[in-house]
Amino acid sequence: MKALLAPFRTTTGLARWLLVTGLVLVALFVVLAVFAPWIAPYGFAQSSVDGVKFTKLDPPGPGHPFGTNDLFYDVLSRVIWGAQTALLVVLLSVLLSALIGVPLGLLSGYVGGWTDRVLVLIMDALYAFPSLLLAIVFSFLLKNVLPSGVVAAALSLTVIYIPQYFRVVRNTAVSAREATYVEAARALGAPNSVIMGRYLFSNVIQSVPVIGTLNAADAISTLAALGFLGLGIQPQDAAEWGFDLSRALDDAASGIWWTGFFPGMAIVLLVTGLTLVGEGLNETVNPTLRKRRFATVTLPPRPAPSDLSETQNALAITASDNSAEGGGK
Amino acid sequence: MAVSGSDKSEGTGRGTGRRPTERKGSRVSRGSLPRYILARIGLIIPMMWVLLTLVFLLLRVAPGDPVSAAVGGKLDPTVIEERKTALGLNRPLIVQYFEYLWQVARFDFGQTISDNRPITMIVRDNGGATLTLTIGAFLIALGIGIPLGLAAGRARDSIRDVAIRLFGIITYAAPIFFIGLLMQMFVARPLGLPTSGIAGPRTQFTVQSRPVTHILLVDALLQGNMAALGDILVHHILPCLTLGLLICGVFIRLVRVNVLQTLQSDYVEAARARGIPERQVVREHAFRNALVPVVTVVGLQAAMLLGGAVLTENTFNWPGLGTQLVHYIEARDYIGVQGLVTFFAVVVVLISLAVDIINALIDPRVRYS
Repeated sequence: MKALLAPFRTTTGLARWLLVTGLVLVALFVVLAVFAPWIAPYGFAQSSVDGVKFTKLDPPGPGHPFGTNDLFYDVLSRVIWGAQTALLVVLLSVLLSALIGVPLGLLSGYVGGWTDRVLVLIMDALYAFPSLLLAIVFSFLLKNVLPSGVVAAALSLTVIYIPQYFRVVRNTAVSAREATYVEAARALGAPNSVIMGRYLFSNVIQSVPVIGTLNAADAISTLAALGFLGLGIQPQDAAEWGFDLSRALDDAASGIWWTGFFPGMAIVLLVTGLTLVGEGLNETVNPTLRKRRFATVTLPPRPAPSDLSETQNALAITASDNSAEGGGK
Repeated sequence: MAVSGSDKSEGTGRGTGRRPTERKGSRVSRGSLPRYILARIGLIIPMMWVLLTLVFLLLRVAPGDPVSAAVGGKLDPTVIEERKTALGLNRPLIVQYFEYLWQVARFDFGQTISDNRPITMIVRDNGGATLTLTIGAFLIALGIGIPLGLAAGRARDSIRDVAIRLFGIITYAAPIFFIGLLMQMFVARPLGLPTSGIAGPRTQFTVQSRPVTHILLVDALLQGNMAALGDILVHHILPCLTLGLLICGVFIRLVRVNVLQTLQSDYVEAARARGIPERQVVREHAFRNALVPVVTVVGLQAAMLLGGAVLTENTFNWPGLGTQLVHYIEARDYIGVQGLVTFFAVVVVLISLAVDIINALIDPRVRYS
């Protein structure tokens, strides 16, 4: 709980405001995603109600607050259901990539030698490659293999993010491997699995949420990009914002703005929210980025010359409090 | 791990630092430029090999054969078998693999299945449009990103800082095709700017009839056709601005963080202590050093620019390599996709090599890292 509140305690003023804004935005979309069946007025692939077909490309009005699109679907409903698709895919891919990347990084950093070299080479190559192209290649391949568009999209995104966890975790593991406490554990006869699982893991795990949040933001845009290029999820499988935007491109020329504007804004808001949360976390985890907050020091009433050492103690305590906060990476 | 940009920047240099033992025994002085370049090229080769192997494994070992995927149903099964043999797809995979590596080493990326075009021809005909688009976008990104980043970093947590940071985050958060869509709806219509293609049909015809460099913009310039040049430039405005906005967010973040860190450094503090006015400290001491890492990140942005170009091109109907890639994906042409993806990989690796060498020229410390 204390760790959860850390971002709030250590940030001040605008930094905290940005973090809270981000959290509110993300929470909004989580609510939309979880309660989509109750919030959305229609299904994501519903083009008629009680046998009456919706008007095609109906402008926003009483029946359809966001209008309808060229497939006769209700735009508001697609935006709401789209939140579910986006968060599901992103959650899957971020969890999977952390589940693969973190153990690989630990192994590579701790074992070293040839395992390390080969893994680093592969991961660096994957990392250097344009991530969108990587996702395009994978979804191009997986689309024919997997029946579910959601799983295929999630797996294509997973591949992009594995190297990021791997790199951070490996580098931390390499430096932690030589630490005294790890040496002590080894001297006490702890098997490698315990050293990796307990000592190294708890050391590297702190940076994972930050990478995860920032990756989630990136994954939302990449998923939309795949959808936009026609490689993502098909409209009958699930509502996907990127796909809707690609259809909307044709409408734009004729002045129809609502089919593209709302799904686009949904992407912008969700990615902005996730980025703000990720940056807020980053600033708390990374002390070099943080602005030092000066603690107010209340001096005790002017002491007699003999009590001077006590004042110094009091000052030293405040100072160590500050450094503890700064070092609490 | 500050931002994705600076996180990546440590990656390029890191590889060189992994073999300290090799350094010790060497006669060549540590930190000499030729040595650095050689070491850097030495690192490129295994990376290139891993990338090419990955591309090959993914696209060739995948289930189904490329020919029936691309033209299956349209041709007779016997004809398909003939074409497979002609393309050498019936030989053992390992033979195909080595042939692929050998081809790429000679800058030959194969020939598409669906319409028998050599990839090098596609690169020649469509690469120019991608090149001018990315360069234009890049210049716009620098032009917007650096001044804004400096302004934000200088006055940390002021309203201006927050506004600029939010601008950076939102432009980064907004998908390219959404910005493109908004541009088409709200900018192009009132200003009468073109939203599709690289030039009007007439310009395209006259300039392309006498190609020299196959880069439309340069050819128009070489032909001295000012009307065509103007037409091509006007077509560049919206796509370049759209792609540039995406990249500028990265520069804003990077420059801002660097200015913040330089302003806290000891030498800036020392300059302040010597009584140099704050304005001068900021301009002459902090800004200049804050810009050095930008050069590194420029190379890493190449990957992002290429990814962004694929989307921008498809938004604006731009006749570049990105639209070609999507075309061959839709045609289910494995060799076409493989060839273009391989070409992109080669370009990205070469750019990162070039940037690292430039970096070592500018900042001697890099050679020691």
